Amino acid sequence: MSDITSQSLFELTSNIKEKKLSSEEITKAFIDRAEKSKKLNVYVTDNFEKAIDQSKKFDSNLNFDLKLPGIPIAVKDLFCTNGVRTTAGSKILNNFVPTYESTVTQNLWSQGAILLGKLNCDEFAMGSSNETSFFGNVQNPVGENLVPGGSSGGSSAAVAANLTPVTIGTDTGGSIRQPASFTGTVGLKPTYGSCSRYGIVAFASSLDQAGPMTKNVRDCSMLLEVISSFDQKDSTSIDYKRNCYSKELSKDIKGKKIGIPKEYRVDNMPDEIEQLWKNGISYAKDCGAEIIDISLPHTNYALPTYYIVAPAEASSNLARYDGVKYGFRSPGQNLIEMYEKTRSEGFGDEVKRRIMIGTYVLSSGYYDAYYLKAQKVRQLIKKDFDDAFSKVDAILTPSTPSSAFKIGEKTNDPVSMYLNDIFTVPINLAGLPGISIPAGKDKNNYPLGLQVIGKPFDEQNILNISYALEDKINFKNDISDWWLSE
Amino acid sequence: MSIDLKTVKHISKLARISIDDEKANKLKGDLNNIFEFIEKLNELNTDNVQALTSIAETTLRFRKDEIKSENIREKILKNSPEENKDFFVVPKVVE
Repeated sequence: MSDITSQSLFELTSNIKEKKLSSEEITKAFIDRAEKSKKLNVYVTDNFEKAIDQSKKFDSNLNFDLKLPGIPIAVKDLFCTNGVRTTAGSKILNNFVPTYESTVTQNLWSQGAILLGKLNCDEFAMGSSNETSFFGNVQNPVGENLVPGGSSGGSSAAVAANLTPVTIGTDTGGSIRQPASFTGTVGLKPTYGSCSRYGIVAFASSLDQAGPMTKNVRDCSMLLEVISSFDQKDSTSIDYKRNCYSKELSKDIKGKKIGIPKEYRVDNMPDEIEQLWKNGISYAKDCGAEIIDISLPHTNYALPTYYIVAPAEASSNLARYDGVKYGFRSPGQNLIEMYEKTRSEGFGDEVKRRIMIGTYVLSSGYYDAYYLKAQKVRQLIKKDFDDAFSKVDAILTPSTPSSAFKIGEKTNDPVSMYLNDIFTVPINLAGLPGISIPAGKDKNNYPLGLQVIGKPFDEQNILNISYALEDKINFKNDISDWWLSE
Repeated sequence: MSIDLKTVKHISKLARISIDDEKANKLKGDLNNIFEFIEKLNELNTDNVQALTSIAETTLRFRKDEIKSENIREKILKNSPEENKDFFVVPKVVE
């Protein structure tokens, strides 16, 4: 049997069910490794003691009908966890201990999973490098001083470094898929309305979705099956019949029509990404898929649209952090001064920037020119996809325009940071499901990902296509454990 | 168009985030760069386009108007920044 922490969710689940491993052994193995991996800075808050207690409890009361039997899992620190501090990577929530549980994490625990701890992320999920976190940046296990992507950077690093078997992140403009691409892992953003947003610290409510981040496609299907559910507590949750994604997982994609959008061939895209994409296309052909050239003419307008819509929603959502009912408070002579000081000291620079953009585009006299305009362009972007999906079953693109970059490389230029999400943002704007799978490496040996985009509620199809491609690509993430300490 | 210092200060007031002059100047630069990037949308004619209001094409659900009498007072006050078991405490509002 291979080392416990390097096993996939599928292997761990099988080993538990066959009684080859106990939940306690598995939980302790991940905790031991975490203790030696502090250099990566993936944890904001650990739950190790309670996790061991819970694993013992599971072992003394075995239940193999569960889908995640006694499996320890760390989650992004954006999910409210009852009794366990939830910070969203922000000083303003530094002392916040929720008294309720997010629906998505509740779904994990209801299927037997055990909370290992809360993973670092960009502040309020605003960032593409995990550098905006109040709790410091995260190291990408792929190489020293490399960003793990963001905003789910602690999550992607934890999966790649074998610190959790699987995890869940959130994706507003690429925050699951981009870090997955940067770390050689799999990340899926489900259709808007598939996973409940209840109990997830809100960033941009019309874009936010939770989703699985895993070592491989099969694990991804297993985890999606658990977290996707209809929820009365989220008014945008959609009541539809969800698949048993792992049971229906198949490599047979013969005859599937896969679209290749010409607009994703952007200026200055490295040759190796162009090559990666070509390889993906030829693998899809080898699997019997039909390749069709398509056009998504408004692709170039997606990022500017996103940088109106997302900050506008964020400025409204983050109005609640005023120092009155919970979180950080900075004292003031009067109420207004208390609000202003609390928010000034409690939020980091990127969050303030986005609140300011959002406030401006929603302010009197500018609403029509910016916000309304953006919502109209968003309609056009959605229509591009509707048209494309009348001809194809799925769309294949690169996940990101580059591989992971160095820590500090882009922090002084917000716009160049935003460009990271050029291939992922349109999918959120259109509410579609998208998955990033590792597909190759660049000249520095850093991972690169390919993205498969599907029709609404067609997660099964993009999982199957990814499953078939994964088999052909045969990606190996040879990570050297350079950060381990004794 | 460009955003001047006065506008930055005005937005910060609307957003209830106090900023000093140095920060305001830095923000002015950042915001202008970002808005220059956003202005790209003006290339598109959207006169006859209906604004997207909901990405999930569903209507909001109705639910029964019923009391779920869970006593959550303590839970709600638990994270209150200033210790008080009955109320949220804020600076004096009425003189």
